[in-house]
Formats: sequence, structure tokens, C-alpha cells
Amino acid sequence: MNEIVSLTLHELGQRLRARELSAEEAARAYLARIAETEGKVHAYLSVLEKEALEAARAADRRLKAGENGSPLLGVPVAVKDLLCMEGTRTTCGSRILGGFTAPYDATAVALLKKAGAVILGKLNMDEFAMGSSTERSAFGPTRNPWNLEATPGGSSGGSAAAVAARSAAATLGSDTGGSIRQPAACCGVVGMKPTYGRVSRYGLIAFASSLDQIGPFARTVRDCAIVLAAVSGHDPRDSTSADEPVPGYAEDLDAGVKGMRIGIPREYFVEGTDPEVEAAVRAAIRVMEGLGARAEEVSLPHTEYALPVYYILAPAEASSNLARYDGVRYGLREEGESEYGPLFGMYAASREAGFGEEVKRRIMLGTYALSSGYYDAYYTKAQRVRTLVSRDFQAAFRKADVILSATAPTAAFRLGERMADPLSMYLSDILTIPCNLAGLPGISVPCGLTSARLPIGLQIVGRPFGEREVLRAAAAFEGATAHHRALPPL
Amino acid sequence: MAISRQDVLHVSRLARLELSEAEVEKFTAQLGGILDYISKLNELDTRDVPPTSHALEITNVFRKDEVTDSPIGNMEGMAPSFFKGHFRVPKVIE
Repeated sequence: MNEIVSLTLHELGQRLRARELSAEEAARAYLARIAETEGKVHAYLSVLEKEALEAARAADRRLKAGENGSPLLGVPVAVKDLLCMEGTRTTCGSRILGGFTAPYDATAVALLKKAGAVILGKLNMDEFAMGSSTERSAFGPTRNPWNLEATPGGSSGGSAAAVAARSAAATLGSDTGGSIRQPAACCGVVGMKPTYGRVSRYGLIAFASSLDQIGPFARTVRDCAIVLAAVSGHDPRDSTSADEPVPGYAEDLDAGVKGMRIGIPREYFVEGTDPEVEAAVRAAIRVMEGLGARAEEVSLPHTEYALPVYYILAPAEASSNLARYDGVRYGLREEGESEYGPLFGMYAASREAGFGEEVKRRIMLGTYALSSGYYDAYYTKAQRVRTLVSRDFQAAFRKADVILSATAPTAAFRLGERMADPLSMYLSDILTIPCNLAGLPGISVPCGLTSARLPIGLQIVGRPFGEREVLRAAAAFEGATAHHRALPPL
Repeated sequence: MAISRQDVLHVSRLARLELSEAEVEKFTAQLGGILDYISKLNELDTRDVPPTSHALEITNVFRKDEVTDSPIGNMEGMAPSFFKGHFRVPKVIE
């Protein structure tokens, strides 16, 4: 591994601004690293060599002119392949968009470009972000850089694996039920889902619109804060985007946690939690106490209902969002015959050929839950229980400033292990889903390795728009431990 | 909760999915299992709990009624079949 790709994003940015290194050299170092690792990891669905080198040369011109205000200027990054980037293939991990070229930039992508970041490529994912292992990609799985027989988690497995493999300095992913935090935990990197509405979803291919949120992956909490600050903010093009000021997320990371109240939900040491994961989380709590935080048990009594709520709401919203893939305006079209005529036949044949099994399963589940006679029993019921899950957090945050737990009950599982049983796959997200239902910010930071040398993630959740507290707590933990420095054997 | 083969076929038509025979069988079993799991919500009395449709309390986001440029310049380039400014689909009327 060359020296440039081993620098953190923050260090690389400093070198670029000091002009000890050019953006083009940095981009070439990362492109070489991609060539070296992709055969094993398959984190990328497309590598944009030409565009990246052009962007790097443009960043060099800005650096040469003395510009030094942006911490991302000239820094090589990559984005999950559900973010539209003008002129590039944007597949969402699906055959139905296999030939789709995005006609415009997602706001998050436009903000990265404006900050001078160099976008290296588009990252692999479970089809339409439905999955927890990246095995549901129509273009083949991504492998975990820590163990090539293990999954990287998902759905943003490519985004997590690229950071772990040092084939991007930082990446963007999306999190609907844990799709940033769970793969970050599996790959031993930092990943953050911000408060719902913090980052514009304009140009993000929709899965479940009341839950989807874009967020960063990086090697350190500081790097994560830098990327989050760059992509956050109100966007008139996304009516669900929050009109809240963006604080300097990287500014008070070192303020410490003295006196911070840390809630430990008693319901989060769920059945099926790996004892090694539990031990790592208990050790992390002691580290935080050693830094002056006060740990206190809290209760989130509706935790066990969060997963069933999610598996009504997310598929219902998905079945509606994915109705747009009809073979008419863009995406795959297949001709077909049907007893309802050739137009119906075309819709059905296009969707049958374009969607993979998990996507069809969720469309079926969502359509059923929304269908006549079942709407109140399923969808409205789930929305009511969603309120109870949110109220649990509101009560807990009267006693605690942040909430700490494992990110996932186990470390990364083997490729193929959970493919046959959809429910076992869904259970990977049992500790991350509640946070999406309540719209809260959450981060996963590395907190140790299992005896099989697979990473374990610590989840820290905050109040709405409490990203600063979450980042500060995560930075304090990271500063007191060396877990984030462990490198995969790649 | 049991879900029948007829239910699966009905829902697949609503969703405009043309499932293979193998998928119909598989989904009949799996959707039943998932719906069983989901029925756990019936343990809770939620009569007095309002539904949450959105995590943030944002209502009525307005903008000025002004025409702006479409971000999509080349619809024709994206369409599977395009004819004189229209998306072309299979014939639906005789």
C-alpha cells in the first residue's frame, strides 16, 4: 500500500493545501490502489478514471491559485451507486437501471464537487438498498476486506469496503434501516447516518422516503465530520430537507465527554448478541466512564416492535416509489403479453426482468400491506407504533445526552449464510432500525475485533440535530482507543 | 397469518409483477412467515396513539410558483422508445 492512501482524509487535505502533494498525484495513488484491490473486494460498480483525473487537475488549479478554504479540495472520494452523478452510469445495484445514465447531479454530489472533492467512482450496494450484505447487488457481491469470505454488511457495503480497503479517502452511502452503520461496523470504519432531513435527498434514488438519509463513511470521526459538514444543509429541491443551520461539525470534536450522560438501553443486549460483541460494548462503556461520562441504564420498551414496524413501512413506501420503473420513460423495457393487454404485459415483463428477488419480495409485501382491506391493519398500525418508538427515545433523552449500544448483534457473517432466510437477514438491523423510525442521528465507530479478527461496531445515537454531541462522544472514544487504527489484511 | 397462492397472484397483478411459478411458491411461504412476524404489532393497543408519517414535523413546504429550468435536458436519450416528443408505448386501444 502506498503512503498517500494510508493518510487520513484530514492529513491528505493538509498536505494538498500545503502543496506538498498535488491532487493529481493523490488521484493517481487511489486509482492505483483501486486497481490493486478491486479484484478481491469489488467495492466499485464503476471507476471514473478520466473524470477523476480531470477533477483532480481542476482542484490543482484552485490549490495553485491559493485556495485553501475547503478541507475536501483535491481529496479522492466515492459515492454509493444510488446517487445521481451527471453523465455517469447510475444503477442502484439493479438490472432495471443497468443502462441508466444520470442526467443531473444529486445535491450531495454537487456539494462534494463544489468543495473540490475528486469523485473516483460509484460503489456497489444491495439492489435498491434492500439488504444487509451487498449480496443482493445485481452485479455481484462486495467482499469484506477483513475476510474475503465474509460480507461487508449492507446495503452500503461498497462504501464501507472502499474505506476499509483504502481505495477511497471517504465515501457516501445511504441509511434507511442501518445501511450505513451496519456495514461500517462490519468493515471496521466510521459511518454516520445524520438526522432525517439533514442532507438533501434530491438525486438519491428513493427506497423508503420517510426513512432514507445520506451520510458519510470515513476512517476517523474527524474525517466523517468533515464530509458531513460539506454535504449538509437545506435544499429547496427536497421538501423534506431541514431548514436548520449547519454547525461546524469538525470544530469541537476535542471538547471531551466530561459530564456527558450516556444512556445504555437495557433492551439492546438482544437475544442472539455475540458474547464478544457484548464484551466489546461493555468495555467501551468503561472507556467512556474513564473519560468522565456518566453511564446510566435507560429503557426503550418498544424496541422489539421496531423491526416489524420497519418491515411494513419500508416495503410499503418502496412499493410506491418503485412503481416508477415501468419501462416507459427510462430504464429497462421488455415487451410482453398479458391477458390485460400489451401495455400491462410490457410493465410486468420489464419489472420481472429488471428486479431481483429481494426487491420483488418487498414490493409484494408493501403492495399487500397497502392493498384494499389491509391498509389500516398494517400500514396505519405500523405508523402508530412508530410513534411509540419515537416516544421511547424522547423519554430516554430526558435522562441521557447520547445512547450507546452495539451497532449490530454480530460481526460480519459469511457470504451466503443468510441468503435463504429473509428474516435472519432482516435481524442484522435490529439495533439500527429504531433510530431511522425516530429520525435520529447515529454513528458507528470501531470498538474492537472478534477472535476471528472481524470488526465490531459501537453505535452512538443522539437527539434530532444532535450530530455535534454524537461526533464529540465518538471522537472522545476514538481518541482513547486504537481500534480505528487496525488495518484489514489486504 | 396464512397467505394463499391466490393472494400472491392477486398482489403480483396489483404490483405489475409477472412472477415465475417458482417465485409464486416461494413468496407464498415467505410472505406468510414475514406477516406472522409482523403480527406481533397486534400485541399493542394503539387506539389513542396518533400515526407518524414523517420523522420531522414539517408541514406545507411552499415555494414561489415560478418556472425553473428542468434539470433533465435529454429525455429522448433516456427513453427506451421516443417519437416526436412523446414516450412511445405498446398500443392500448384499437
